[in-house]
Amino acid sequence: MAATLSTPSPREAKAAEQERPRSLFRRGAGDHDKAGPVAYVLLAIAAVVSLFPLYWTFVAASHTGERVAQSPPPMVPGGQLWKNISVAWDQADMGTALLNSTVVAGCVALSTVLFSTLAGFAFAKLRFRGRNALLTLVVATMTIPPQLSVIPLYRIITELDWGNHLQSVILPSLVAAFGVFFMRQFLSEALPFELIEAARVDGANSLRIIWHVVFPVARPAMAVLGMLVFVQSWNDFFWPFVVLTQQNPTVQVALSAIGGGSGHDINQAVIMTGALVGTLPLLLIFAVLGKHIVGGITSGAVKS
Amino acid sequence: MATNVRAEAPPVAPGRPAWRSRLYRFDLKASPYAFIAPFFLCFAAFGLFPLIWTGWLSLHYVDLLKPDVLEWKGFGNYTRLWSNDQFWTALRNTFTIGVISTVPQLLMALGLAHLLNFRMRGRGFFRVAILAPYATSIAAATLVFVQLFNPDYGFINWALDLVGLHPNWYSETWPSQIAISTIVTWRWTGYNALIYLAAMQAVPKDLYEAASLDGANRWQQFTRITIPSIRPTILFTIIVSTIGATQLFGEPMLFGGGVGVSGGSAHQFQTLSLYMYELGWPSRQLGRASAVAWTMLLILLLIGLVQFLITRYRKRHELGG
Repeated sequence: MAATLSTPSPREAKAAEQERPRSLFRRGAGDHDKAGPVAYVLLAIAAVVSLFPLYWTFVAASHTGERVAQSPPPMVPGGQLWKNISVAWDQADMGTALLNSTVVAGCVALSTVLFSTLAGFAFAKLRFRGRNALLTLVVATMTIPPQLSVIPLYRIITELDWGNHLQSVILPSLVAAFGVFFMRQFLSEALPFELIEAARVDGANSLRIIWHVVFPVARPAMAVLGMLVFVQSWNDFFWPFVVLTQQNPTVQVALSAIGGGSGHDINQAVIMTGALVGTLPLLLIFAVLGKHIVGGITSGAVKS
Repeated sequence: MATNVRAEAPPVAPGRPAWRSRLYRFDLKASPYAFIAPFFLCFAAFGLFPLIWTGWLSLHYVDLLKPDVLEWKGFGNYTRLWSNDQFWTALRNTFTIGVISTVPQLLMALGLAHLLNFRMRGRGFFRVAILAPYATSIAAATLVFVQLFNPDYGFINWALDLVGLHPNWYSETWPSQIAISTIVTWRWTGYNALIYLAAMQAVPKDLYEAASLDGANRWQQFTRITIPSIRPTILFTIIVSTIGATQLFGEPMLFGGGVGVSGGSAHQFQTLSLYMYELGWPSRQLGRASAVAWTMLLILLLIGLVQFLITRYRKRHELGG
């Protein structure tokens, strides 16, 4: 796990970013880091391969089921999108699913960010007995497969009569080891000890320090972590699939019903519409905030 | 400025009531534990406790519908796994799908990161574009690829038809495993590329400049400077991908449609996770499913141990040479 500790800090990454234009004017720097035509071609291919399935989802969702099931497959959008959306809506209760996923992912993201920031701050900036051992333990928990806890968790959930309720999906993911580690990496770089000490001198207790010093400094990392956790939670499949039913599904569980049905009259276009509707909210978030998410990942702290 | 303040005033001014200073000291001592408590409470309740319970269950016969009735089996569930063909098939599938999804994925991610590290136009676009699959859920991605891989009208076979190939991506072992690995690779390559990119940006630029002045071409710079410099990050992604591959569930499950739980009609793409689910839920044998879950943990520990030993051996080897 020492691997992660040597990743670049947000500061270093920023410094590297700023250094680049300057090297343009540096004598003798040459063209050693300028992209050639091959690089552009390869990256263009990668971009097409990444985006094509998404484009094709949209194309298939805008045709009739019969047309999608013909060869050659359609390549340009048709005019059936709204009709397919309304069919998918009826078939899998996409409205409930979208609402549920928003609630679940929102709660999980909020609480993970809050608790991870608290724990990350403690691990990064506070001295206490057993700190290093406990941090190692946090990282080690990341390696435990979630499958190992599914059976007893399922048992607890049914015992509490929470089956099919959203809290059964929210509670087990209130905080994540990955988030704790993420915030710890960020805060050890970004938060100077002097700020904390100055606040203590002014008589602030730990809670006030959290509120007035840690949160303002950690805000950018909290935003990135929040988005990443939101995406992960939105896309989570295994556990929701086990505890939720089609009466009260998240988007992923609803999609599994559209796609996994065994009838012969499955409408492929409707399946694709479901996939489109389930993905669109996240793609919109990405279109708007993609730069920040990329920046967050490349700033080095994100590792899972 | 902050340092000035620190120099001027001691933390507790003399003459303040003693309880105040005691409170201050208590705050200093206890608050770190309070801050990390939510994580450890959550882990204890939803991670550790279930983990141990699963271990206990794995030594019993348990029916999903009567989870309170435990019938002692000792290591019976494990020995039964050992002699069960379907378990070995699932183990083999998990391994082969893991290899054909992880190895090309990480290699391509390395290459992409290297390209993205160049100075170029449209860098921001390329970065967001290759990360877009990460925003797509397992369910949505798998459903799309099920369409693309459809043997009769799928886009991929339509294209392969042009060169005379016509694989059946569902019924045949290798094609189905390649198809599933493709989904995994598609979703994670861009993400890993950005992680590598982060590590590459931390490599000092002087190293490249020096190498380029010494006449090293780009490939040599890549293999002799970039790769050695980011080795810790590479190791980390290998560990994370290995864990992910061991847990693979959603992709094969949804890829198989109606027979997804059994991983295809002949279990040709059933992974350990799927096998565990099939035993525990459709077959209602929670004890045996628990044994599979613990076997997965043991396998991961074994892989971790091997990786640790290899790293240690290499370190010693390098220090010696």
